[in-house]
Amino acid sequence: MLLAVAGGKGGCGKTTVAVNLALSLEGEVQILDCDVEEPNVHLLLTHQPAWEKPVTVSMPSFNMEKCLLCGKCSDFCQYNAIAQLPKRLLFFQELCHSCGGCKLVCPAEAIVEVERTVGVVKGCRAEGGLSLVYGVLNVGEPRPIPVVEAVRAEANPKGTVIIDVPPGASCPVVASIRGVDRLLLVTEPTPMGLHDLALMVDVARRLNLRFSVIVNRAGLGGNSVYDFCRREGIPVLMEIPYSRRIAEFYSKGVPFVKAMPEWKEKFREVFRSLQEG
Amino acid sequence: MIKELVVVSGKGGTGKTSITASLAALASKAGLKLTLADCDVEASNLPLLLNPEARREEAFSGSKVASIDLEKCTRCMVCEENCRFKAIKEFKVDELLCEGCGVCVQLCPAEAVKLKDRDSGRLYASETRYGPLIHARLNPGEANSGKLVTLVRYRARQVAAERGGQIILSDGPPGIGCPVISSITGVDFALLVAEPTVSGLHDLRRILELVRHFKEVKPMVAVNMWNVNPKVSEEISVFCFNEGLELVGKIAFDGTVAEAAAGRKPVVEYAPRCKASEELRKLWGRVKSLTGLG
Repeated sequence: MLLAVAGGKGGCGKTTVAVNLALSLEGEVQILDCDVEEPNVHLLLTHQPAWEKPVTVSMPSFNMEKCLLCGKCSDFCQYNAIAQLPKRLLFFQELCHSCGGCKLVCPAEAIVEVERTVGVVKGCRAEGGLSLVYGVLNVGEPRPIPVVEAVRAEANPKGTVIIDVPPGASCPVVASIRGVDRLLLVTEPTPMGLHDLALMVDVARRLNLRFSVIVNRAGLGGNSVYDFCRREGIPVLMEIPYSRRIAEFYSKGVPFVKAMPEWKEKFREVFRSLQEG
Repeated sequence: MIKELVVVSGKGGTGKTSITASLAALASKAGLKLTLADCDVEASNLPLLLNPEARREEAFSGSKVASIDLEKCTRCMVCEENCRFKAIKEFKVDELLCEGCGVCVQLCPAEAVKLKDRDSGRLYASETRYGPLIHARLNPGEANSGKLVTLVRYRARQVAAERGGQIILSDGPPGIGCPVISSITGVDFALLVAEPTVSGLHDLRRILELVRHFKEVKPMVAVNMWNVNPKVSEEISVFCFNEGLELVGKIAFDGTVAEAAAGRKPVVEYAPRCKASEELRKLWGRVKSLTGLG
């Protein structure tokens, strides 16, 4: 089963749920951290780094001896990554989407594609027999998608795979959850939690995914998140209480099921209901 | 000169929006002419605390998107084979995967593919009791959040210039990718909000590294909920000292902040006497003098 843990809002408990769920399950379990801008899963699990692979994207390289300065490549580029000056070209690599169009339209074969590293994927064995894979986007790179896709490419097709999804509701989230079997949406019962949950429900519906909700910091706010779930027919599978103790474990980088093992059974129950429903 | 200050954090949920809302209330109370911008266009939460009244609305198109005219299409598959984004399947364009590059248009022998403007979201110009607020809603699942952030900031600067604004205060998105880069580019000051957790410190390092790519931006740090873990909080203080960063304030974990959010108010207004409000006023005092606003 390929299961993603998302939520829209930052800091709503996605990583907490993903890690504690992973540590509660038996059998072959893999956790993929797709929040490549700020990966945090590896901070909560003891592990030994085992392997790493650079993530590269292609970009054009211009042979100025062949270039006719005809302007076709800069006209074609939808991302304004190529600027045509009277006697030369300027290329802005961060704006390039690696579509390959410039090479295609160049009449002089002056463009070849070269690879550029934008991040890294790391994998290892972590505590509890988990397999951990996480991506790290290089600081200053604007586009996380290639790194997210490289992380997802490591998914073990045979076991249980849990994906920790970045915050927000845009393209990196879509790349992290597209095609998963089940989506868990973590929220908190605040106006912000509800607002961002509703956005994630829209994304999930747009992608035809099956989803359910976990309420984190239950008891913090009002009932609006529960009312929303009831109205929309979304199952609420678990509530994690608003607890200073749980917050303190998180602050130390300790998954709370290690200190409060009674929660493991609750997480297993969530997993069983996902398998059944 | 209009000063621009953006509140960012790398990690989500550290309290950016709550702090921005309280700074807005304090700046307005101090008599400053303030313009607000919510640069988190994917999950825009600042309006939830400021109850704005929408005045103007505009459509936003972040990019092009391909569309195939099936009557002209000869089913040759050239578009599908050459699409780097795997956005074309069975002669249909998946609009969430398409990045609007135009390679399919270029290669189609039957001129069956066209690029059209994508409907990516909306931008709003609203009024709050502290001043104008520019905010936006990127359609769920869309790309190009960075471009929408750039537009939000452009509109905020226009409004500030029209109204003789002194400061633009922006609530930034989490992460370090394109919308964050767009939020930071060209601002004068970045307030980095860190929480005292192992993840919070890790993420602070990365957002600081990003902010330092922009030589013109002066960073400063606030630690939120510092007493959840005084030890990590102290590590953050030491980190700031070693990095030569101004630590402008530490705000205690205070249940009143969540109550204020539920009541849809900045905490400094909801409960001006609580611990967090007191610390936020101190923080504002430091920010005000560092930004040269008084």
